[in-house]
Amino acid sequence: MFDVQALRNAFPILKREVHGRPLVYLDNAATSQKPRSVIEAECHYYEVLNANIHRGVHTLSQEATDAFEGARDKVRDFLNARRREEIIFTRGATEAINLVAHSWGRSQLKPGDEILVSEMEHHANIVPWQMLCEATGAVLKVIPIDERGALAAGAVASLINPRTKLVGITQVSNALGTVNPVAEIIRLAHQVDAVVLLDGAQAVPHMAVDVTALDCDFYVFSGHKLYGPTGIGVLYGKRSLLEKMPPYQGGGDMISQVTFQKTTYNQLPYKFEAGTPHIAGVVGLGAAIDFVLSVGLEAIAAHEDRLLAYATQQAERFEGLKIIGTVPGKASILSFVLKGVHPHDIGTILDSEGVAIRTGHHCAMPVMDHYGVPATARASFALYNTAEEVDALFGALRRVEELFLK
Amino acid sequence: MSDLRDLYQEVIFDHNRHPRNFGPLIDANRHADGFNPLCGDRLTLNLRVQDGVIQDVRFEGSGCAISTASASLMTEALKGKTEAEAAVLFEGFHHMVMGEKTTVELGKLAVLAGVSEFPARVKCASLAWHTLNAALKNESDPVSTE
Repeated sequence: MFDVQALRNAFPILKREVHGRPLVYLDNAATSQKPRSVIEAECHYYEVLNANIHRGVHTLSQEATDAFEGARDKVRDFLNARRREEIIFTRGATEAINLVAHSWGRSQLKPGDEILVSEMEHHANIVPWQMLCEATGAVLKVIPIDERGALAAGAVASLINPRTKLVGITQVSNALGTVNPVAEIIRLAHQVDAVVLLDGAQAVPHMAVDVTALDCDFYVFSGHKLYGPTGIGVLYGKRSLLEKMPPYQGGGDMISQVTFQKTTYNQLPYKFEAGTPHIAGVVGLGAAIDFVLSVGLEAIAAHEDRLLAYATQQAERFEGLKIIGTVPGKASILSFVLKGVHPHDIGTILDSEGVAIRTGHHCAMPVMDHYGVPATARASFALYNTAEEVDALFGALRRVEELFLK
Repeated sequence: MSDLRDLYQEVIFDHNRHPRNFGPLIDANRHADGFNPLCGDRLTLNLRVQDGVIQDVRFEGSGCAISTASASLMTEALKGKTEAEAAVLFEGFHHMVMGEKTTVELGKLAVLAGVSEFPARVKCASLAWHTLNAALKNESDPVSTE
């Protein structure tokens, strides 16, 4: 039984007020709020377990290591990866993509090779590949999107060719909410032996992900959009690929033996985890995964789908409002523009009513260019949002209308 | 938070709906582009400066109500001013939107004083002025508020 009030009680921040109004937090695609269990897990780590990992023989070090590696097992289960050493902790999805671009990309690509991304990518899944192209002479190709915000029909099949070495694509668009047909893209890419990196930053809070069934080669996500801490993320990579890849950063923990003549590297996953990691963040991420699984991803998706449908219904009736991204089966994101009012002004007025949304380009400037808008307003829903909060959003939009258009 | 009406005064709505000095300036001899990457506001500023005096100034682009009104009000304030007087206005305006005291006589520009209570919007109000600064120096790179 999905009890949204009980769930709200698990999030301390939802009790606060903004400008004398109850907080209506609809900026979940930027970052989600954290349940008490995540906050307490981090707190418990610092109050009870804190020590460096993989080093000491003392009790605290062992307990901290167990908590850290226990969280790796949770991530492995969460993504259904075959092996725990395929799970590498990073600072976030962005760093995970940079790791692949740097380590896999620079060791594998040569001039004329092609990297394929889509027009709806977050800058984090564009810029690292542009930098890689500059360094290697590879060429970046782009899958266009159509007016609804879906990948243009037939474009993937026509762009993938024997020169394609990597396809980097988001599973769920942060600016539009579009859910991409990633299984089909992976199938097409593998026909030409290209590897596929999926950006799962927006997907993991909304749907069960099975990297083994998908057969993707790399999968990345950030903890903070999954009700977990900031500053921690995950790279999943197939072991066969990770083993061939050179280290990304050098330092402690990633080595096996160091002399001034020669250094040998540690085994997976430690080869890619140089330096003392964000141990508390990893422990908090483990708690976030426990929390999400205890609520159930199917129940979360069903709840968010109902909210999105309700919000979409109201948006369609709102005069002068245009929804940006209208593909059926979207995930939890309502992006829109209001005729005669810049999104930034919408954001300020909504904030004065306690309603937090994102306004801007959502780190997806090519999407804004596609629609010919400088920015959009975006409401994004999480498991703790309610229909009353959707009403509050549209009530606040009426206030925008009063101020600007009357 | 201060009342929204302190930020969105009628003068600002008026200049947003009917920006003054909007459009190209054919015989311009100073030019700069401004960009606010946070919200995507873009502004092009053209001036005709003769013997150190701003004879004419016009702007183009798209932005939020605050940045559009600020650019519109700025163009009105600048006409007939010397470059040195424009620099004094820039400084006074900057102090005002940062919530600091200023002795500069700002006239109509004072309607933007409410911006100082909305830190996220200071860049919107300042974009036109930073672009002006670049145009008077004739810097070729677009200015950014970041």
